[in-house]
Amino acid sequence: MRLGVRIKLGARRMAILTSAVLALAACEREERSTRVDPPVAAALDAVAVMPNGIGGRPPEVHAALGKPYRSNAYQLSQGKQLYEWFGCQSCHADGQGGSGPSLIDGWWEYGPDLVSIYVSIRDGRPHGMPSFRNRLTNDQIWQLAGYIQVLGAYSADTAAPSRSDRPQTRPAENRAPATMAPH
Amino acid sequence: MATRRLPPLALLACASATGCSGWQSALDARGSGSRALEALFWPVTAALALVWLAVMLVLAAALLRRRRPVPAQAARRSEIAVWAATLATVLVITVLTVASHLTTRHISRAAADPLVIQVRGYQWWWQVTYPDSDGTGAVVTANEIHLPVGRQVRLELSSADVIHSFWVPSLTGKQDMIPGRDNQLTFVAETPGILRGQCAEFCGLQHAHMALLMVVEPPAEFEAWLAAQRQEAAPPAGPMLRDGQRIFEQRPCGACHRVRGTAAAGEIGPDLTHFASRGTLAAGVLPMTRGAIAAWIADPQTIKPGNNMPLVPLAPDELQAVSAWLASLR
Repeated sequence: MRLGVRIKLGARRMAILTSAVLALAACEREERSTRVDPPVAAALDAVAVMPNGIGGRPPEVHAALGKPYRSNAYQLSQGKQLYEWFGCQSCHADGQGGSGPSLIDGWWEYGPDLVSIYVSIRDGRPHGMPSFRNRLTNDQIWQLAGYIQVLGAYSADTAAPSRSDRPQTRPAENRAPATMAPH
Repeated sequence: MATRRLPPLALLACASATGCSGWQSALDARGSGSRALEALFWPVTAALALVWLAVMLVLAAALLRRRRPVPAQAARRSEIAVWAATLATVLVITVLTVASHLTTRHISRAAADPLVIQVRGYQWWWQVTYPDSDGTGAVVTANEIHLPVGRQVRLELSSADVIHSFWVPSLTGKQDMIPGRDNQLTFVAETPGILRGQCAEFCGLQHAHMALLMVVEPPAEFEAWLAAQRQEAAPPAGPMLRDGQRIFEQRPCGACHRVRGTAAAGEIGPDLTHFASRGTLAAGVLPMTRGAIAAWIADPQTIKPGNNMPLVPLAPDELQAVSAWLASLR
């Protein structure tokens, strides 16, 4: 009898302790970095691209920052806004492609890595992809590149941009792998 | 003890009373809407103060009276008191509700030919459009609304992203700006002057830095202002201003901002055609001076963290030229 009561109390304490720990965990919010120091922004452009323009080495500063443009929800959301603001839909539609290629069919003309996507946006590509070098800052191109990569990623991700306000016309960004997405 | 506390309390009361006047106060009415609201506010406040006083008196009497055995007829008396209090409550609430309803109806009454201005909320600034009514072209500006005194104005309110709320307390009550739903606000500005407004619905990181100015002018001055705003930006005078315009067009600035009369035709940020004619910068954060313009371009994310203006890296002489050119856009 006595023992039972003690065990019950223990379970209750455990529950309180667990919820306290869980509540503490909720205190930690994802870092939202809105400002990039100008030297860091300049260094973000130091991508070493392969001679054929596909693939290459990302700038060291991206790793030093903790790869925020691929894993930080705020940066991805900013990328999503830029996608809309800078008229990407006019060729790529909602990601399913129009006069430009689809970004979510799992096929990457110029490679699926961030450097390739960054270079595509910065310098443009043949057959109509314009250069955004003089229209976006380096960190904005990274935000957009991160978003585009999430859009067509091969595996589902925990990091996702904010939801669309409009009805979805394609699978959400943090869905199952792109190639398995319904067409 | 009580007397010693009195001076600070009196000081506090005086200090809070100064909040009742000025360029952003619902108790300093300069428009039809806020005058009607003020006429409602004081009677309601007086009635509620009386009710509060009565309740407090009864409560004090109940607390202080001596405990006595309750006589038989007291039950009947207290029953009458409860009924009387209920009746008084219903009466007071009904009168206040009807008064509030009538005021609201009075405020939203529209005249035949109002001046229509479209105001669109963005995170965290206001886009102001004077639609093209007579073929002379629409005027798009930001964070500053010019109004003719004495003419009814209809603001058509919308939002581009999240819920904002348009509130210029000295002119009229607040009205939400809701994405996907257009709202209206109708009022007459009654005295010339500059009034301040503020977003009144929490809309994100820089909600507190989403202010706007209302410039109420005599009709002739308003028409002159509108005519000046319809013009394209003046061509740059001198090599430095020319450089400034060229840099603005070639760098990312022009991808987001429009300056009519130049190659800069962006539609994401505020229209800057007559930028320096406005009183403030970045939705009320900075005064419109050349130094403030340069500071804002040099580091927008330190001045207003989270806003959508990126830090565009410019060399010192480029920054000089761009800020000089922007300061010349009057």
